[in-house]
Amino acid sequence: MVTAAKPQDAKKGTMPVVELEAITVRFCGDSGDGMQLAGTQMTNTSAIFGNDVSTLPDYPAEIRAPAGSLAGVSGFQLRFGSVKLRTPGDQVDALVAMNPAALKTNIADLVPGGVLVVNEDAFSDANLAKAHCDTNPLDDGSLDGYQLFRIPVDKLNTEACKDTGLTGRAAARCRNFYALGLIYWLYGRPMEPTLRWVETKFGSKPAVASANAKALRGGYYFGETTEMFPSRFLVKPAKIAPGTYRTISGNEATALGLLAAANSAGKTLFYGSYPITPASDILHELAKHKNFSVCTFQAEDEIAAVTSVVGAAFAGALAVTGTSGPGVALKAEAIGLAVMTELPIVIVNVQRGGPSTGLPTKTEQADLNQALYGRNGESPVCVISASTPADCFDMAIEAFRIACEFMTPVILLTDGYLANGAEPWRIPNPASLPQIKIRHPKPGDSYQPYQRDDKLARPWAIPGTPGFEHRIGGLEKSDGSGDVCYDPDNHDNMVRTRRAKIDGIASTIPDLQVRGDKSGELLVLGWGSTYGMIATAVEACQAKGMKVSSAHLKYIDPLPKNTGDVLKRFDRVLMPEMNLGQLVVLIRARFLIDVVSLTKMQGKPFMVCEIESKIEELISNGKTS
Amino acid sequence: MSGDSATVQLTAKDYASDQEIRWCPGCGDYAILAQVKKALVGLGAERHNTVFVSGIGCSSRFPYYMNTYGFHSIHGRALGVATGVKIANPDLHVWVVTGDGDALSIGGNHLLHTIRRNVDITVLLFNNRIYGLTKGQYSPTSPLGKKTKSTPQGSVDFPLHPLSVAIGAEATFVARTIDVNVKHLEYVLERAAAHRGTSFVEIYQNCNIFNDRAFEYATSKDQKHDTTLQLEHNRPLVFGKDRDKGIRLNGMTPEVVALGDGITEDDLLFHDERSAEPSLAYLLSRMHHPDFPEPIGVFRCVERSSYENLLWDQVKTAASTDAPDLGTLLQKGDSWVVD
Repeated sequence: MVTAAKPQDAKKGTMPVVELEAITVRFCGDSGDGMQLAGTQMTNTSAIFGNDVSTLPDYPAEIRAPAGSLAGVSGFQLRFGSVKLRTPGDQVDALVAMNPAALKTNIADLVPGGVLVVNEDAFSDANLAKAHCDTNPLDDGSLDGYQLFRIPVDKLNTEACKDTGLTGRAAARCRNFYALGLIYWLYGRPMEPTLRWVETKFGSKPAVASANAKALRGGYYFGETTEMFPSRFLVKPAKIAPGTYRTISGNEATALGLLAAANSAGKTLFYGSYPITPASDILHELAKHKNFSVCTFQAEDEIAAVTSVVGAAFAGALAVTGTSGPGVALKAEAIGLAVMTELPIVIVNVQRGGPSTGLPTKTEQADLNQALYGRNGESPVCVISASTPADCFDMAIEAFRIACEFMTPVILLTDGYLANGAEPWRIPNPASLPQIKIRHPKPGDSYQPYQRDDKLARPWAIPGTPGFEHRIGGLEKSDGSGDVCYDPDNHDNMVRTRRAKIDGIASTIPDLQVRGDKSGELLVLGWGSTYGMIATAVEACQAKGMKVSSAHLKYIDPLPKNTGDVLKRFDRVLMPEMNLGQLVVLIRARFLIDVVSLTKMQGKPFMVCEIESKIEELISNGKTS
Repeated sequence: MSGDSATVQLTAKDYASDQEIRWCPGCGDYAILAQVKKALVGLGAERHNTVFVSGIGCSSRFPYYMNTYGFHSIHGRALGVATGVKIANPDLHVWVVTGDGDALSIGGNHLLHTIRRNVDITVLLFNNRIYGLTKGQYSPTSPLGKKTKSTPQGSVDFPLHPLSVAIGAEATFVARTIDVNVKHLEYVLERAAAHRGTSFVEIYQNCNIFNDRAFEYATSKDQKHDTTLQLEHNRPLVFGKDRDKGIRLNGMTPEVVALGDGITEDDLLFHDERSAEPSLAYLLSRMHHPDFPEPIGVFRCVERSSYENLLWDQVKTAASTDAPDLGTLLQKGDSWVVD
């Protein structure tokens, strides 16, 4: 842990320093160029520096597409600011492009007049051909509208690494840090956090550690020494609530939340999973923390993953499986089994672009219907969602709270944007976290497998306990005894009871909160990872005097009790979703109100401006009609 | 409450639940149920520490008839559920009851992986070479040419041999027994339950409705001595009513020989259930009627760490070397203080 770093002293002298509220930078290059690492380092550094940060990693599904190809471009965007940030920015103020393919696929997102740093050495005829460039964009005038800085990164990096013992390709692999060093200088970022990371990561390989450190410093000092750049930029620390902070990604937060829930319950955490993008990092994270009585089980397939979770829950563990949409498709039957056997399990779906294999590394919200309806029979489960990377921590705990209190499967929806995106997180005091209370029948308690408490939950009697031996399974159960039962009235009653149990969860969740006036012309209603973009767009419109408010659903089944009341106080409701309007259909049907659907299916989050212009369109339409 | 006491010796009846048994009269499952209860008596199994997990199929109704913990799961997935149960609580004795369709068709993948991990569970595969619950379609163990409702001209599928599959996945305990051979059945069940690791038992089970007498060759009084061969550890492979025939290895190929005329037991293949190398056990699993007597008994019984033990060793070692503290964990990595 460190205390907040001081701004790197701006070089004394004549270099002007421009102060800005927020800056968006994107690194892009080959998927083997270390762009994700460079971006992550700058994110952590900026957070430690005291800025608010928001990130958008964007990488291809192929691990190493052919070098220099358009398909192989990997990018990492981060926004850092002296103000509260909820999005990684619609457009980038500075673009670092390590080769022609990266430049070509990313230049459209650079603001006019923006800073463009290119690795000039990579603009060979061969690389230009791979990027399908007929002319060299560095020379053909197409980049005239930007501040273009042509840096021979490869040559300078090789020079910087020359006395470290690393040569050739090994030395070339440090070029991401050379570029990062240059950007650190340009934006007044301290080098210490990254130098510390290099020391920790490569301590056992002194040559690699030394080369990376020299590359970073080389880039930094190049910026400082050369008179190439007309100015530097300064983004002051943000005013942030006191506390101890770290950056956290959605997948890390999900993993830690699950672990914290089990810790609170005094239970073993069982995580049964099969590797799948973009959920695998949850498995990786939990596998590191076995000391917390965490059992990670990498199953042979998605079905074994979820059935092992059902078995572990039956045996008394806090059991959870994590996957993405294609995995949920395979797990559907076993989730139905958990509905029928009324066992507390959690299913995390880190949504990605579909259908089928779809866009494995891109984000989408199109598995909502799958979560709500994707099983045979009347098969209700609780469905909740996380709004920001850090919110994944709270919602993971909440998932287990509901699962154990109501003896039901709970599906937690996150997505690729939340999973890989990061933000500063005020580290909670473990004592302040919600308590997960577990109740197993005790010797002497009256017991029937399907007797119900006031929440309609059945008792969780676990194998190993004398006196409560019982059998459960996927066949319909007689209410109370739990014996196999084909009686028509019993089935009718059980179907309705399972639904009523999920509905009852609404009494234990917070009301839907409105940001802004409680009534007005327009409510923008969202769920999941669109939170940041919606909140930012609505605030901007409110600042322009528009009568617009926002609300965000974290609980989808059941919905918060006041949802209908909230919606009916607005003339119109707009719902942005990264699907074709799945929640819109539900809201319309449930509350018999019209809803305007704003949809985007590009594998990337909404831009703030897209939501803003829709709000403006609706409000001005409302005025003229 | 009617908790077990460790000092009370239970009888077979004590393991029976109050549920009416719904298998067809004459089904081989009844004999197996009875012998499992007897085996539990012999093992001194505590009801509350015993869990029966099943998939879907006639045999998979088994847990409902046992007064232990039980889970009747979904088709093919009993091994996944059982693995979760065993990892969550390694003190439990976990049995899986499955059939040829459940374990080898829809659940084939889980069988391979459970066996290779060596999760400590006892798998009873009731092999009747037919789909019974769905009323008589051919199964993955039905012989080529089998005429059923779904194969009126005869099956064109080549069958799987369950023990070959299990040995191929390097099962640490592999055995075969027969529903009507009750003494042998009880012996094999007790051996299987005592083994630490995945125990895989194929039980020839007669479906008297849809595939009656499929195993008559191995059960009828006048044939069984010539069509089956009882395996005994460290003993030569001898069979026949007069124990006058044996199995000899000719290179890598087994052959049936008549004892006498210069051939003694010393010339025969000796059974070694503890052989680390599974090849001989595999060779035995390839002996099929009518060319060979089919071995019954324990094919293989070797020691190897079980999955859940290795996993929990890691958990316990981690906890002892790095005391869990949530506050410390949450602060891991670069953190900073805002005043």
